[in-house]
Amino acid sequence: MSVMTLTPIEKKPLSFALPVIGAAGAFAGLFVGTSHGSGLMGIVVGAVALMALGFVALQVLGLSMEKPVRWGIIALFTIAGVLLAGVPGFVLGVLFGWFFAFFIYWIGEGRYRANLAPYLTGGQVLWHYSFRVLCGAIFVFLITPILVVMPLSFNAENFFTFTPEMLRFDPAGYSLKHYEDFFTSSGWQQALRNSLAIAPVATLLSVSFGTLAAIGLSSEHVPFRRAIMAILISPMIVPLIISAAGMYFFYSRIGLQGTYMGVVLAHAALGIPFVIITVTATLVGFDRSLTRAAANMGADPVTTFFRVQMPLILPGVISGGLFAFITSFDEVVVVLFVGSANQQTLPWRMFTGLREQISPTILAVATILVAISIVLLATLEMLRRRSERLRGMSPG
Amino acid sequence: MSDTSDTGPVLAADGTPLKRSLRRALRAQKMRALALIAPLLIFVLVAFIAPIADMLFRSVENQIVGNTLPMTVEELRDWDGEELPEETTFRALYFDLFLASEAKEHTKLGSRLNYEESGVSSLFRTTGRDVDDMGEVFQDALEEISPEFEEAQVWYDMMSGGEGADSNERLLSNQIGRLEQLESDIYSGDVGFVPGAAISDILPNTARAYSAFAAFVHFIDEDVVAEEDPWEAVYAALALDLEDPGTVTALATYDGPGADILRQAAAAELPPVDMQTAFIESNEDWSRVEYWEVIQTYSPPYTTGYFLNAVDMEKTTEGIALRDEDERIYGILFKRTMFMSMMITFSCIALGYPIAWILANLPARTANLLMILVLLPFWTSLLVRTSAWKVMLQQQGVINDVLVWLGLVADESRLVMINNQFGTIVAMTHILLPFMILPMYSVMQTIPPSYLRAAKSLGATPFTAFRRVYFPQSVPGIGAGSILVFILAIGYYITPEIVGGTTGTFISNRIAYHISTSLNWGLAAALGSILLAVVLILYWAYDKIVGIDNVKLGG
Repeated sequence: MSVMTLTPIEKKPLSFALPVIGAAGAFAGLFVGTSHGSGLMGIVVGAVALMALGFVALQVLGLSMEKPVRWGIIALFTIAGVLLAGVPGFVLGVLFGWFFAFFIYWIGEGRYRANLAPYLTGGQVLWHYSFRVLCGAIFVFLITPILVVMPLSFNAENFFTFTPEMLRFDPAGYSLKHYEDFFTSSGWQQALRNSLAIAPVATLLSVSFGTLAAIGLSSEHVPFRRAIMAILISPMIVPLIISAAGMYFFYSRIGLQGTYMGVVLAHAALGIPFVIITVTATLVGFDRSLTRAAANMGADPVTTFFRVQMPLILPGVISGGLFAFITSFDEVVVVLFVGSANQQTLPWRMFTGLREQISPTILAVATILVAISIVLLATLEMLRRRSERLRGMSPG
Repeated sequence: MSDTSDTGPVLAADGTPLKRSLRRALRAQKMRALALIAPLLIFVLVAFIAPIADMLFRSVENQIVGNTLPMTVEELRDWDGEELPEETTFRALYFDLFLASEAKEHTKLGSRLNYEESGVSSLFRTTGRDVDDMGEVFQDALEEISPEFEEAQVWYDMMSGGEGADSNERLLSNQIGRLEQLESDIYSGDVGFVPGAAISDILPNTARAYSAFAAFVHFIDEDVVAEEDPWEAVYAALALDLEDPGTVTALATYDGPGADILRQAAAAELPPVDMQTAFIESNEDWSRVEYWEVIQTYSPPYTTGYFLNAVDMEKTTEGIALRDEDERIYGILFKRTMFMSMMITFSCIALGYPIAWILANLPARTANLLMILVLLPFWTSLLVRTSAWKVMLQQQGVINDVLVWLGLVADESRLVMINNQFGTIVAMTHILLPFMILPMYSVMQTIPPSYLRAAKSLGATPFTAFRRVYFPQSVPGIGAGSILVFILAIGYYITPEIVGGTTGTFISNRIAYHISTSLNWGLAAALGSILLAVVLILYWAYDKIVGIDNVKLGG
């Protein structure tokens, strides 16, 4: 807070504030203008309107009237939005109104300098905020595709795009029919069952083998540690298509191609690197004197493992298991080659659906999968915190 | 130990020297660690490394020609490739092809050789249908001479040399071996027939053809040899044997079963054995030297042919040469894969750097919140993100709709953003961006912000301070992220397959095509091996720069 006192927040001269506000208005007006036929018209109207609003807000009414003026601007924009574009315009109007109400005072009152070092030049301030806007745009790029899928999955039509009804927020434009389709179609249900039959078994295999091996690897006396590590990590490094090709060739030689067992083995192999990496990382923080203490008190190695070591490394094991699970649950390429029609998993069905006939049921499935990944992400975060807490408790 | 005058070894509690005791303890520990690792290591070796090794093996393996046409390959070994092979080669091919077509293996060989020279496939297919007719000429002629040649039992007795005759086990086991190679299977047990030693001396071709027939009948058809009529090829072999004047003289003194009908046949006039004409009549392509050259070139059990094919080269009689301009596809494909992976890597650097920077420099609370925006796509199913991009980019998709609604693009000239390189690059940049941000972020977190301030207070402009102080320290993060993204991008299959169309696909799509559609597994394996080599080199570089132990997941 001491920075605040250093930074001068002062009212900017109108000769600076109004052109900036006007420029922002012109920019917004450009889009409104082009969607109604004339971009140039939009620029002029936007700039003039915003400059007028800015003048009234900053000069005529002043700071004392800030709250009512803000509400007024929002109302104004909302009405303009409804008049121009109906219900979608209402939403956009509220958003734009809120933004410009904030923007006018932010610029006009010089609030934009509040959190910055006082010695920055104007150019540096401009760069600072342009950089933030750029980062914001990249974050939008990262998250938009995922957000777009969700509302589309409630589409009442069999389209892959927003219908006019949806944009009008007409309840008739929305439905749960794609979810219904997912839960009633025998094909999708079979795919879900296959996924649920394969992923847990593959996870179990990779977690049990992987944890043991990670414990072995954490000992200081392992010969060829690097070579062994390289072999165990390799399923993560080799491109999936190559693993898939090799497994297809080899598994059809030994009769595992097209069998449940073959898919499970393949997925377990793919999940192992994740278990190894997470469990090894957890073991780095594991205090070995604890096992010695347990042995000293008469526990045999198995008891020591289950009563002392396992509870402490459990968060790492579980998060490795989650990684392995999601690897198997999401995997398409290998199952496409190693599996047969009887092992068709959820991602496989999505893949063929995307490649051939495209049905919005895929989007419903996608939304469900996003929800699952949010749950997984939250679980992982919780485990990470718990693991850090546990490590903080252990001595050394 | 200065208080003891004893210079002997230090002893452990049980009286053994401490050194040995320690060594034993260490060894026990080592064994325990290895015992813990062993199950997983064996598992990975069997379930993952063996398949990769198998793929590498398949990229050079070429036993099909030698297995299907063993005698022809033998005959062709010394062929100069100048003019059409001699009659003996055609005869060898006849007997090889007859057995292969009975086992229905000749079409496989045809498609294998078709990869090298188009047209071979139909050549083998049509002639494979005609081999029966070629032998029937001799069967009809022989049965004309003596109806006894129609009897299965007569043939059986004749070829086995009758009760108690000396037998030629070697000939039979050779033919079983030939069948095993052809069918890639292992056969054991009594065929119920052994060729007689005397008769196989007099009629070598017939005995060989009949033994092959007998082995096939017993192991493949699972019938009794003595009850089956011999193949047309056996009659052809007999006609061939009888052409030899030596056979006729030998038969004069032979007294085994069927000696009289054989003498009868030898005395009669049989149609001449001219396989060359018969083959060319069946398909005149047999008179073309190129096809024979292909068989000769690809007869060794291992070949570099697939690899040459994968780099747009081919074997010719003059040695190895580049393919014709219009047949070169893999060079373009490899270059395109490299180019697009590089574009994706650069886009990821350009988009990831600011994000990593802002995450590393914001207060922890805000940074953690924003981190969710990075981790959520990272954790979301690949197919979800790919389908999202399909929804966004297609012509009736969200981006085009928004652009049309804003009036930036006319409704009839919607942008084509999918099924081309642009679509693949955008979608894959989005999918791989978290892999760039996370390593960059972990490196940038370790750069003290005070360095930048120090640089500025020493008079550097913000840009100079960034360029000379901050950026060099963040380079390891860029390197780690770039290699990771590049490795992942170069082998991507799903996303290019769905949003790439024809111009935006990668080498991996071609591999998948050869495995599942064109069934040219050898070429798929060769392409895969090249890709694997590239990835392993990059992986090695990654290990040198970052170290595999430092791979972090999810920040």
